[in-house]
Amino acid sequence: MRPDFSRNETLVALVILGFCTLATVADPSFLSLATLTDLLRGGIVLGIFAVAALLVLISGGLDVSFTAVAAFTMYTTALMLNSWAPGVPWYAAFAVGMCVGGLLGLINGIFIAGFGLPTLIVTLGTLSVFRGFMLTFIGQKQITTLPSGMREFGRAMMVRGTNADGSFYSLPWAFAALVLAVVVTWAILHRTMLGRAIFAIGGSLESARRIGVNVRGTQYFVYIYVGVLAGLAGVIHASLARVANPFDLVGLELSVIAAVVLGGARLAGGYGTLTGTLLGVALIVLVRNSLVVIGIPSTWQSVAIGILILIGTGLPAWQARRAAARAA
Amino acid sequence: MSNSKAADVMASPEGRLAVIAVVIFVAMSILSPDKFLSVQNMTSMAFQFPEFAILALAMTLTMLTGGIDLSVVGIANLTAIIAATILTRFVGADAGVGMVALSMLASLAVGMLAGLLNGILIAVLGLPAILATLGSGLIFTGIAVALTGGSAVMGFPEASAWLGNASVLGIPVPLILFAVLALALSVVLQRTGFGLKVQMFGANPLAARFAAVDVTGLLIRVYIASGALAAITGMVVMSRANSAKADYGSSYLLLAVLIAVLGGVNPYGGYGRVIGVVLAVLSMQFLSSGLNMVGVSNFARELIWGILLIFVMIVNTRSWRRPRAPSVAKP
Repeated sequence: MRPDFSRNETLVALVILGFCTLATVADPSFLSLATLTDLLRGGIVLGIFAVAALLVLISGGLDVSFTAVAAFTMYTTALMLNSWAPGVPWYAAFAVGMCVGGLLGLINGIFIAGFGLPTLIVTLGTLSVFRGFMLTFIGQKQITTLPSGMREFGRAMMVRGTNADGSFYSLPWAFAALVLAVVVTWAILHRTMLGRAIFAIGGSLESARRIGVNVRGTQYFVYIYVGVLAGLAGVIHASLARVANPFDLVGLELSVIAAVVLGGARLAGGYGTLTGTLLGVALIVLVRNSLVVIGIPSTWQSVAIGILILIGTGLPAWQARRAAARAA
Repeated sequence: MSNSKAADVMASPEGRLAVIAVVIFVAMSILSPDKFLSVQNMTSMAFQFPEFAILALAMTLTMLTGGIDLSVVGIANLTAIIAATILTRFVGADAGVGMVALSMLASLAVGMLAGLLNGILIAVLGLPAILATLGSGLIFTGIAVALTGGSAVMGFPEASAWLGNASVLGIPVPLILFAVLALALSVVLQRTGFGLKVQMFGANPLAARFAAVDVTGLLIRVYIASGALAAITGMVVMSRANSAKADYGSSYLLLAVLIAVLGGVNPYGGYGRVIGVVLAVLSMQFLSSGLNMVGVSNFARELIWGILLIFVMIVNTRSWRRPRAPSVAKP
């Protein structure tokens, strides 16, 4: 079977392969378990965000508020548990975080599904509302002693070991959360009517409405689900960082959307794959972590990501335009 | 059809905004009369807002075509750093007005070149404006970081301070600059063929193409103009801060989008007036300064901006929907 070069997934996979080959040639120690676990660890929070952003893109929207939802959630969850129930196990912390995130997602849903406002503008607004509310009324100080459940979760490792050269590698259990998020989202998108409805409203809102899709209900689900995922990512971020810093996370949103779009999701909605999204995340994390290995100074990191975005979105757009011109 | 004049005022987004601006001004004057109404506060406000107001003009222009320019802050910082590098490396600290003007022209050219790149990506290659400018914005910021290693460039000749800090006849230069640019944009949009085509394209791109509008050239010129406005912002910021850095004004991007939308510009394209944007800028500045005076933190300001944006959207969207999707007449 020939690889399909018009698909973003193929292109991104090839770029990743090329990058790794170059990196291995430049530094043979690049090819190690430690690099792999670093990559996977770096992809946990970004990956969960990307899955959330993918769902919104498929539904034809654009959400930039999820980082603020995550920051708000991790901070309030840590604060609430510390003052009322410091001893609860990790799954309780996750449950609280996912509820808080879901509630914030509901607020987005009310403006988008309820009032019918454009998604980008609403989420730009709620980004500053959530962040402003947290920093004004809840707090600005880092929480350095997390509830014990979160602390233990951050320390629990799936895999750990020592390399031949004596350096350590490890992969936290938090990675399982990313896997779970991907599996659940895949099941929703491809095994339920709800998933068909999400693709349908992204493809054409009006057509979806006319074939009887509950557009509002679907949009409510999308934004609440994204809030839940963002809440989860927030709690995981704090657990892994061992600190809840209210100034973290916000600012990542455009990188996440870039990763998703690199993976082939269309901004216009109706199309996107989880495989592509994860490959996009892998590429972004790889560029962030290992650009130095192939001889490019890390100050050029954002130039590299910018060029990748332009190529990753420009090539398909250019091909589509040529195909349209040929057909005309 | 409204019956009274009051209803007429409230019918247009600009009318509502004028009311909002006046209400905020009066409210702030009552809350802290001695401070808010002082000459000192008025002057400091007049120096503060032109920076992001000029960015908002760039955003307005691109939004009118149904696009957006997320690279404006990147362009502003890159151009400022280029001017700053010219001033510090190749020109001594005792350089005259001529060299300063030359360095600013150079950075204006860079800004227009950056805009040209955006225009080509969007109009020729067919990238969605959000992605094209998101990617190019990262590249511009990245180049600025790579050129400076992330640290600030300082030590300019005295003449460079004029643009951001001087006053002519008691009116701050940045304010005059903004007024001239706003007036120019307004005239271009209302009185020229180019302006008409921009609005036609924004309202219905396909119809504009069938009306023989050179869509590619039009979009390229729009993004070049946006790049030029961003470069001018970069110069003002550089002059006022007396330094240039790759991450200055990162919050201005959100603010510029917010102001354009607050000013009644339809983010789907086709409708927007400069006067609305000016009123939105004034409302935001009154609100920020006033809240500052009554001791509200920066973060609360962010909260209030967000609420204001969503509130204005709820009110405006009802009037946008009417011309866009006329309700089907019942038989």
